[in-house]
Amino acid sequence: MGLFILRRLGVMILTALCLTFVVFWLTNLYPNLEKLAKTQGNFRMSDEAVESYLGKNGYLQPMPVKFGQWLGVLPGWTVDTDGEITGKCFAAGTPEDERHGFCGVLQGDWGFSTVFKDDVGSIVATRLGLTGKLMLCVMLVMVPMALIIGVLAGMREGSKLDRSLSTFSIASTATPEYVSGVIFIAVFASSAFGLKWFKGSATSAMENVTFENFTLPVITIALYGMGYIARMTRASMTEVMTAQYIRTARLKGVKFSDIVLKHALRNALIAPFTVIMLQFPWLLNGVVIVETLFNYKGFGWLLVQAASNNDIELLLAVSVVSVIVVLVTQLISDIGYVYLNPRIRIA
Amino acid sequence: MEELSWGGILARMFIQLGPVWIALIVLFTVSMTYKRRLGLYGKLFDSTIGMIGFGLVMFWVFVGVFGGPLDMLVTHDPLSQVSGMKNKLPGTPMRGAEDGQYAWFLLGGDNLARDVFSRLIKGAWVVVQIAPIATLFAFMVGITLGLPAGYYGGRLDTILSFLANLILAFPVILLFYLLVTPEIVLTGIPNYMALFLFVFPLIFVCILLNSRYYTQPAVRTPLLIGVLGGLGWLYLSLVSTNGAVVATPTYSIPGIPAFLDLFDIDPGILVVFVSVVFVNSPTVFRIVRGLALDIKTRDYVAAAQTRGEGPWYIMLWEILPNARGPLIVDFCLRIGYTTILLGTLGFFGLGLESESPDWGSTINAGRRLLALYPHAAIAPALALLTLVLGLNLLADGLREESLRD
Repeated sequence: MGLFILRRLGVMILTALCLTFVVFWLTNLYPNLEKLAKTQGNFRMSDEAVESYLGKNGYLQPMPVKFGQWLGVLPGWTVDTDGEITGKCFAAGTPEDERHGFCGVLQGDWGFSTVFKDDVGSIVATRLGLTGKLMLCVMLVMVPMALIIGVLAGMREGSKLDRSLSTFSIASTATPEYVSGVIFIAVFASSAFGLKWFKGSATSAMENVTFENFTLPVITIALYGMGYIARMTRASMTEVMTAQYIRTARLKGVKFSDIVLKHALRNALIAPFTVIMLQFPWLLNGVVIVETLFNYKGFGWLLVQAASNNDIELLLAVSVVSVIVVLVTQLISDIGYVYLNPRIRIA
Repeated sequence: MEELSWGGILARMFIQLGPVWIALIVLFTVSMTYKRRLGLYGKLFDSTIGMIGFGLVMFWVFVGVFGGPLDMLVTHDPLSQVSGMKNKLPGTPMRGAEDGQYAWFLLGGDNLARDVFSRLIKGAWVVVQIAPIATLFAFMVGITLGLPAGYYGGRLDTILSFLANLILAFPVILLFYLLVTPEIVLTGIPNYMALFLFVFPLIFVCILLNSRYYTQPAVRTPLLIGVLGGLGWLYLSLVSTNGAVVATPTYSIPGIPAFLDLFDIDPGILVVFVSVVFVNSPTVFRIVRGLALDIKTRDYVAAAQTRGEGPWYIMLWEILPNARGPLIVDFCLRIGYTTILLGTLGFFGLGLESESPDWGSTINAGRRLLALYPHAAIAPALALLTLVLGLNLLADGLREESLRD
C-alpha cells in the first residue's frame, strides 16, 4: 500500500510538472507577451518599446530558464540598466546583501499578479476560501439528494418510481450549468415571470450568505452533478438487490425497509463513493461557469480573469491548484476504493 | 397587426416548422414499418425512451439541415438588425414590415434587434454540423491509439495512458482559454494540432483496409491507392487555407495550391473543432483501451492468434466489432457532451465570432439582460437542453436494447 501511494505521488508530481510547463509555455508565447506588454504599458507601444519592456522584466530569456526561475530551482534574473539593478526577487532599491537569489514556487513565492497588482498567493487563498464555501454547500445539497434518488430508484428496478427518477437524473445530466442557471434566473429572479424569490446575483453572498442569494448558484451546480451520481448509485443498487443474500433476507421475512437500509445500502454505496470523488474536477468546471453567471468572485471567476488577461503568474498558480485538486481526488478515490472493497488488493 | 398571444406564437411556430414535422413523420413511419429488418436501429423503436430520444435528436437534425443549407424555416435574416425591434417580447409584430416579409418576431428580438427564432434555427445548424463530426474525429483518434495500447500493453500503454491522463487532469475551461485566444491562433498552434488530429481518420481507414485485404494484393493495392488518394485530398483541403497549412506573420508552411483546395474552413470554427476533438479523445482512448483489455482475453482472440492473424487484423476485425455496443452508446452520449462543450465555448465568448448564431454565444449575449428580457437567452437554452436530453435518452434506449440480446 505504501509503495502504491508513493508511486502514485511520483506520477502526480510528474503530471503536475508537465501540465504547469504546458501552461507556462502557452502563456509565454511571444504574441501573449506582446499583449501583456501593451496592457501594462500602453496600447500604442512600438515594437522596440515592447522588446525593451519584456527584456527589462526578464521575459525574453529562454523558456526552460524562465520555468526554472518560476519553480525556484534557478536563481532569479537580474538586469542592469544604466547602473540600476532590478531583478525578479527584489525591488529596485534593495541593498545588495538583502537580495535573495532564488524566489519561486518552491520558496513559497507565487509571484505578482499584473491584473490585481497584488501577491498571487494571497489572491488565490482568498478566492479559494470563497469557492470552498460554495463547494461545501453544493456537496451538502448534491450528495444526499443524489444518493436518495439513486437508492429509491434502484431498490425496485423497473417500477414507476424507478422510471420517473431515472428520467429525472437523465434530464439533470443533460442540463449544463449555463442552461439551468439561465432558466433559474429567468424564472425565479427576473421580473418577466414575476416570481422574485431569489437574487440573480450572488455578489452579496461573498460577505454574508443568505438563503436568498446563495440558493440559485448552489442548486445550479448541484443539479448537473447530481444526475450522474444518482445513476451510478442506481446501477450499483440494482446489482446489489439481485444478490443472493438479499433474496435470503426476503425469504426469511425481513421487512423491505430493513433490507434496503441494513443489508443493501452499505454494499451499494461503494461505487458512488469513487464517482463522488471523481466529480470534483467536473465541479470545478461548473464553478467557473456559475461564478461567471452569478458574478460570485471566487476561484472560477479568478480563472476567467487570469486567462482572459494573460496574467501569467496568476494563471500558473490557478492551474497548479486545479491540477492538484484533480490529482488528489483521484488518489483519494483509488485509496478509498481499496479500503471500501476488500476484493481489491494492491500489492 | 396586433401582438400574438402565446397560443398564436406556438401555432405559428408549428406551421413554420412544417417541413420538419413532415420529415419526422416520414422517417418514423418508414422505420416503424421495416423495424424488424433494421437491426439495432430497428430495435430502438421497441423502447419508448429510445423513440422519444431519437425523435428529439432528429427534430433538431432536420431543423438544422432545413434551416441551414436549405434556408427554409427561418423567418428573417439572422444577422440583420431591424430598427425598433430591440429586446421586444415574443410575438411582437415587426415594425414597418413590407409585403413578403414575415410580419412577426415569433420569439422576440434580442439586444441587437435581431430575430431570436431565426437565430435559433441557424444556430441548430452550427451544432448539428460540428458536434457529430468532432465526436467522430475524437473516436478515430481514441480508437487508433486505444486499441494498440490495450492490445499490446507494456511501455506503449504506459506512455499513452500517461498522456491521456495529462490532458484529462486539465480543467477543460482553462484549456479552452489557453487554446482559443486570438494570440494563440496567431502562433499557428491550432493548425499544427489540426494537422496532427485530422490525420488519424486517414491512418485508421488505411490500417483497416490494409489488414483486411493484405492477403489479396491485387485488390488491396488499387483500393488503398484510391481511398488514400481521395481521403488525402480531403485531408489536405481541410488543413490548408489559401495554399498554406500553417500561416503565421513570420513564416508559413505551404499546403496544396488554392485551385486544388476543395473547401476552406472558417479559422474560428477550425479552432473550436480542434479543441473539442482534443478534449474528447483521451476519454474515448480510455474507454477503447479498457474494452480492448477485456476482449483480448476472449477465446476467439486466442483462436485468431493461433490461426496466425496479424495483430492489426485482430484489433480492427476481431476486437473492434465486438466492442461496438458500448462504443455506439458512448458515441451518442459524447455527441451530447460535445454539444455542451460547444455551448461552454460560446458562453465564454471563445472561438466563434460574437455575432455567430450558435446557441452558446446567444446565451452569452442574452444573459446580460436576463433579469429584464429573459426570452433571448431562454430560447437557445431550452433548445440545447432538448437536444442533449434527446441524445442521452437515445443512448439510454440503445443501451437497453443492446443489452436485451
